[in-house]
Amino acid sequence: MPGISALRFNLRLGLVVLIFVLLLLPPVLNALPAGHPLRISDFVVAVTGKWICYAILALSIDLAWGYAGILSLGHGAFFALGGYAMGMHLMRMIGNRGVYGHPVLPDFMVFLGYKELPWYWLGFEYFPFAMLMALLVPGALAGLVGWLAFRSRITGVYLSIITQAMTYALMLAFFRNDMGFGGNNGFTDFKDLLGVPLNTPSARAGLYLAALGALLITLLISAYTVHSKFGRLLIAIRDAESRVRFLGYDVTAFKLFVFVLSAMMAGLAGALYVPIVGIINPGEFSPGNSIEAVVWVAFGGRGTLIGAILGAFSVNALKTWLTSFAPDLWLLVLGALFIIVTLFLPRGLIGLGWRRRS
Amino acid sequence: MKKGASLYLDGITVTFDGFRALNNLSLIVEPGELRAVIGPNGAGKTTMMDVITGKTKPDSGTARFGDHDLTRLDETRIANLGIGRKFQKPTMFDALTVFENLELALKAPRGTLAALHWRLSGEARDRIEEVMAETGLMDRAKDRAGILSHGQRQWLEIGMLLMQDPELLLVDEPVAGMTDQETEHTAELLRRIAGKHSVVVVEHDLEFVRALGRKVTVLHEGSVLSEGPIEQVQEDPRVIDVYLGR
Repeated sequence: MPGISALRFNLRLGLVVLIFVLLLLPPVLNALPAGHPLRISDFVVAVTGKWICYAILALSIDLAWGYAGILSLGHGAFFALGGYAMGMHLMRMIGNRGVYGHPVLPDFMVFLGYKELPWYWLGFEYFPFAMLMALLVPGALAGLVGWLAFRSRITGVYLSIITQAMTYALMLAFFRNDMGFGGNNGFTDFKDLLGVPLNTPSARAGLYLAALGALLITLLISAYTVHSKFGRLLIAIRDAESRVRFLGYDVTAFKLFVFVLSAMMAGLAGALYVPIVGIINPGEFSPGNSIEAVVWVAFGGRGTLIGAILGAFSVNALKTWLTSFAPDLWLLVLGALFIIVTLFLPRGLIGLGWRRRS
Repeated sequence: MKKGASLYLDGITVTFDGFRALNNLSLIVEPGELRAVIGPNGAGKTTMMDVITGKTKPDSGTARFGDHDLTRLDETRIANLGIGRKFQKPTMFDALTVFENLELALKAPRGTLAALHWRLSGEARDRIEEVMAETGLMDRAKDRAGILSHGQRQWLEIGMLLMQDPELLLVDEPVAGMTDQETEHTAELLRRIAGKHSVVVVEHDLEFVRALGRKVTVLHEGSVLSEGPIEQVQEDPRVIDVYLGR
């Protein structure tokens, strides 16, 4: 037995190393001179960088759903809030280079007749503050929603509906112009980050490597969490919540902890995503986004961490390929994928290779 | 070797949609005592356990454990007072191994950060192995709880109770579906546990209650019908009428 589990561990570790080595290729091969047969285009680097952010989002969902059984259908909201925090910083960094040339106010505020920056925009000109908010705002929202739900012992489908309503409500709110977040246009036309113009090769490589580093760090944090006694308690809560209570554990505190951690990871993913794609708008809050992210995790194999990462990459690769010639088919394929995985591959892609503890 | 508090129930009434599951129930269990509670289906045995562990709040009556008013505390707090419960249907964590199930039950700080930083000490490992030996699960340590046999699941759950080192163990139908040999093993296990802990066993199986050989409380329609040594209870005409006579 120990031989087999050690082999499984090595297989998994090998897979992780392989994924990260492969993910290092795009920026390296992108640096080759134009015309070189092995050169990877800027487009591929940007798309892969976007998928890395999605993989962090998938990881955060797996932590809450795969381990603690908290099926959030609103994780896209945490992702979008992190994205908006970064977007606010990027808007402030435009300075007087906007269309209206106002030294402080972003274009949309000038257009809407703002005289000064709303109070909640203060501080976002500082990068560390914006990054902190990208983690704290999603964390605080998850803390509030989780606290209300978990202490009332709301679980299962009811919790999923509440989180779905949460992201929908935020989408409607962010669509409003008087919210001060650019309404349906959101933020775009970013110029530079940390003094580096975003359209340069070095910025592209830097953003890509930052996302990859964040994926590695969030994977390590998640792995530490799920392999500790804390992680075994999450599995116990997932499978028999009330039994854990009778053992004397405060189930609400454990669920809240993992839900907030997960929301902060999603917020980080969103913050990295925005400078890579160059835009953030309320569409990121749409309920469909959150559901799609859950499908990535289910497809890759939930409760395995690495499965969530594989799922995010493979489903998005499929989406990019398919929508290039038949965009109307995508939602049908996504739905079919979910049904197929649920019926025939309950352990997802990862279940094809090996199973967790036989 | 007696320790801990006594359990004191007085005048407990619980009503579900007009049905009186418990009707003015009174019961005292002394520290270190092993008490068997028997009664026909619907006599209120499981509801009584629910009241003691905080799952159900009584409409009226007093439930105390030592100085603590159990009717005002939730399940987690009551568990941490030292009242452990084994459910009628064995409930454990099927995806975790026998060892991991016991590790989660082990008496240790229950906070989130404590769980994140938890390292299995040699002492804790010894204690888990001791309980695995006591419950006969030593060679199943690395097997997932989900693949254990019925009897082994019952013992694992009793083992989890022992890991909590509670002052009072509530054991609901531990031998349902067990073979004679397993039943005997379980009776011996519970007799060994009593003394160090108070134990309340709810059971249908009269052979098993006889094998325990201690004081018996007979419940009927939510209240105590008779109480005393098994021989005396068996002679009680009211008991024969409602329970043994059927």
